[in-house]
Amino acid sequence: MPTTAPAAPAPDASAASASGLADVTASDSTLRRFLHGLPGVDAVGLEARAASLGTRSIKTTAKAYALDLAISMVDLTTLEGADTPGKVRALGAKAVHPDPTDRATPSAAAVCVYPDMVPFAKEAVAGSDVKVASVATAFPAGRASMAVKLADVREAVAAGADEVDMVIDRGAFLSGNYLKVHDEITAVKETCGTSARLKVIFETGELSTYDNIRRASWLGMLAGADFIKTSTGKVAVNATPANTLLMLEAVRDFRAQTGVQIGVKPAGGIRTAKDAIKFLVLVNETAGADWLDNHWFRFGASSLLNDLLMQRQKLATGRYSGPDYVTVD
Amino acid sequence: MTMEKRTSAFEYAPAPESRAVVDIAPSYGLFIDGEFAEAADGKVFKTVSPATEEVLSEVAEAGEADVDRAVRAARKAFETWSALPGAERAKYLFRIARILQERGRELAVLETLDNGKPIRETRDADLPLVAAHFFYHAGWADKLSHAGYGPDPRPLGVAGQVIPWNFPLLMLAWKVAPALATGNTVVLKPAETTPLSALFFADVCRQAGLPKGVVNIVTGDGRAGAALVAHPGVDKVAFTGSTAVGKQIARTLAGTRKKLTLELGGKGANIVFDDAPLDQAVEGVVNGIFFNQGQVCCAGSRLLVQESVHDEVLDALKRRISTLRLGDPLDKNTDIGAINSAQQLARITALADRGEAEGAERWSPACQLPENGYWFAPTLFTNVTQAHTIARDEIFGPVLSVLTFRTPDEAVAKANNTPYGLSAGIWTEKGSRILAVANRLRAGVVWSNTFNKFDPTSPFGGYKESGHGREGGRHGLEAYLDV
Amino acid sequence: MSDARLSVLKTYKLYVGGKFPRSESGRVYEVTDSKGTWLANAPLSSRKDARDAVVAARKAFGAWSGATAYNRGQILYRIAEMLEGRRDQYVREVAEAEGLSKAKAAQQVDAAIDRWVWYAGWTDKIAQVVGGANPVAGPYFNLSSPEPTGVVAVLAPQKSSFLGLVSVVAPVIATGNTAVVVAGERVPLPALSLGEVLATSDLPGGVVNILSGRTAEIAAPLAAHQDVNAIDLAGADEALAKELEIAAADNLKRVLRPQPVDDWSATPGTERMTAFLETKTVWHPTGALGASGSSY
Repeated sequence: MPTTAPAAPAPDASAASASGLADVTASDSTLRRFLHGLPGVDAVGLEARAASLGTRSIKTTAKAYALDLAISMVDLTTLEGADTPGKVRALGAKAVHPDPTDRATPSAAAVCVYPDMVPFAKEAVAGSDVKVASVATAFPAGRASMAVKLADVREAVAAGADEVDMVIDRGAFLSGNYLKVHDEITAVKETCGTSARLKVIFETGELSTYDNIRRASWLGMLAGADFIKTSTGKVAVNATPANTLLMLEAVRDFRAQTGVQIGVKPAGGIRTAKDAIKFLVLVNETAGADWLDNHWFRFGASSLLNDLLMQRQKLATGRYSGPDYVTVD
Repeated sequence: MTMEKRTSAFEYAPAPESRAVVDIAPSYGLFIDGEFAEAADGKVFKTVSPATEEVLSEVAEAGEADVDRAVRAARKAFETWSALPGAERAKYLFRIARILQERGRELAVLETLDNGKPIRETRDADLPLVAAHFFYHAGWADKLSHAGYGPDPRPLGVAGQVIPWNFPLLMLAWKVAPALATGNTVVLKPAETTPLSALFFADVCRQAGLPKGVVNIVTGDGRAGAALVAHPGVDKVAFTGSTAVGKQIARTLAGTRKKLTLELGGKGANIVFDDAPLDQAVEGVVNGIFFNQGQVCCAGSRLLVQESVHDEVLDALKRRISTLRLGDPLDKNTDIGAINSAQQLARITALADRGEAEGAERWSPACQLPENGYWFAPTLFTNVTQAHTIARDEIFGPVLSVLTFRTPDEAVAKANNTPYGLSAGIWTEKGSRILAVANRLRAGVVWSNTFNKFDPTSPFGGYKESGHGREGGRHGLEAYLDV
Repeated sequence: MSDARLSVLKTYKLYVGGKFPRSESGRVYEVTDSKGTWLANAPLSSRKDARDAVVAARKAFGAWSGATAYNRGQILYRIAEMLEGRRDQYVREVAEAEGLSKAKAAQQVDAAIDRWVWYAGWTDKIAQVVGGANPVAGPYFNLSSPEPTGVVAVLAPQKSSFLGLVSVVAPVIATGNTAVVVAGERVPLPALSLGEVLATSDLPGGVVNILSGRTAEIAAPLAAHQDVNAIDLAGADEALAKELEIAAADNLKRVLRPQPVDDWSATPGTERMTAFLETKTVWHPTGALGASGSSY
């Protein structure tokens, strides 16, 4: 089982001030100056680097390691209007024991559900290390008043959510109102208290440019995110190797500057074991081995888990598995 | 399978490409007039895998008599080849391009074995570019009257071509494709340490049904090259290699009517401004000097970094270099392969030692070099000035010299302060600065916010002592036409 | 002979860096017409004159190559205007130098003036004709453009003292190179007079430098000079051309070998321009406008 890494000190004002970042969030204009002063991103170069890392060939023992690691990093997700307690219970059971035929299979990292489903999820994973993550802040659009967003968060935390996946106000971000986005994250973080880790979803597909994704990453980290996360899974473009690589560079640079380690969660669109392994290569060669742990890296996914399990079976038995040999939930 | 929490990095298991896709014969002859034949005097030499020092094959060593026979064969073939309608010549070249694609994996493995470069590069760069080069030039064969060289430009005759060992098959393609498309015939002398892919190319020509004598391949050392260049039956000489040999060839050709193109050395500057996209710049700098172990004429072997971001860039660069994977070139995860020969390794070693002796600060990542074969760890020198030998001489190896500048003017002045003029790189997010600096750089290829990109449509070649003439694109045709 | 006035003879001088120095050697040589009659003394340039001319040409290169093509075109056209005004002088000098009738000499001079006009029009077109965008297979903008090679040594033709001279000098400077010109050894006077026109045509000093003297003596140091980028051997015979080409290899000068020219009045092609142009290719990533289009 992947052990949980010791929690790094929570990002707080002292870390920020020690690294000279304290004044950055003093006003809208200082924040803007800081974010727009970050190095630019050349899209072609970034994508070429991500593609190049995608050609790494991960075989045999490395593949076995990577598959188990990837399984342990899955935030098994259901975020549908049609979600029911039954569906969520099934998902929880699967997260705890992904492969009923092989109990040595690691558990998933978490189940990720809507706030009203948190109690059922908690019940389903009780007694295991599997966490319950809840989306909040009027997911996925985030178009609600602050009061409603915070109520959403409070409900999730009160129901026992270990992790809260909030969405940022993309409208505010795109109109340049960075301080508003910052303050919302801070408020949510405060509401999470010490009991829940906060994942901040940027909806990178809506931010559109890589420069924006880099700025959002720093904005989220400055505001106290424990994790930065690409997407809701509800728009056309979700996690890609390139935007995840960019966010990995951001957490790497943030730790170098502040000493604070932040997690990364690509979500949406990662469906195959092959893709997941490519992401792990990105982690390994960008942020480094310190992030190769489900405390610091997650996959927001649903169908990915079954492909990981089938590949795991293939590696163990030498023959290709099929969908009938993994559970459909 | 239990999974222990690993303290070390995600270790990639060996992922070697299979050698079984390529069948190397124990010996090869010269390819003259469509047949493989021994050298007239029966001489042979061995070609080894630089990664292991294993002997791969024994190859005929051409002497003057063999070169003469090859030139005569090419001359004879020229009559019919040049008279062929362009559309028919085009189809031969298209066939060659397609066969090269089909046999891409085999040739990539072969090239990696004979040259020592990583399979990742032969598979993803060399071979795709080789096929693309033939495909591109095929289309020119029947369109030369539209190329801007008059209504009916004529071929020159027999092209004598001498190519280096750093991109054996790609340099062959750069030479042979335009020569054939324009109606010339060819005698090609591959480098002594990397003869095999050219000999496999002879087989590609056979499969394509190319008429006898249109392409002739004479393997051997510099003497065979010198004989070819000096042969009175040669109408055009194309050489890629060292500046010293290039000058010698220029002298040899003085007073003759032979047309000459030279693609020689370089000491490319990669200029990183403080407003650069830094992560991509670091990638570009790494790619610029460690691609093909730095054995690239257009390598960005001088890093000019603005003083205000020097430390940040150096930290990032060292971190990135530390992730480079050096080792078995056939392993699909290898980034840095073997140096091509013991001789080249000795040169790199000597120049790096000189850098140290002259006071530059040397750094390499922790890096285990294999026991056999020719290897050199990625190396970075800081505190380098324009006066250091390592800032002036072409090292042709994985050695980067880092210099600093304060203003764009200073960057340009330092970049241009070399007898070479092949390549340069500019990294900045400011568009007007790119254009202004690119304008003032005396280099034939300027990569802005990228590096080491090649394309058959894009002319390549240098200013000053980096040679003359261009290869690739419409411009490259001129070298093979009577204009 | 209508009156007894004694004419004022011209002291022919070199044209270097926009000034009219005598030869550093302090020596001159006799220039005669085709019948052997003395015409003038011309400076006998030394290696040091060649060196000074290269320094002047190098100094002028930055501004001249950096001038707009339109500006260079206007200056070349201005040279034609200035020549037109002094047409009679050149007709006389060419007639004397080449032993031509006045009518034949006039044809040569007119053709030479028209040649400046022709090249004046080329300055802002050559880049479009020989440069352009290359459709590379990737997300890159890729543009090739011609750039001047640098300092070009030009050995002017030995016979065609003016039209031949203009035909080899104009294409070199039209594209932004600067030139060190060695006038035809026995016919240097029209060339030296050209300096006077260039000096009054807004052509920056040093763009064209004109030396007279023994071609072989001046050419040797130019061919070997490490700060000369190219050499046009039009005025060299076979043996000299070979010797100079060998010397030129030391810094890989671009060499334009001598080609037999029967008639300098024929419309030139672009070859004399492209011989002294480098192709620079600049790449830049294009990429998508946003990250939204990216995928696996």
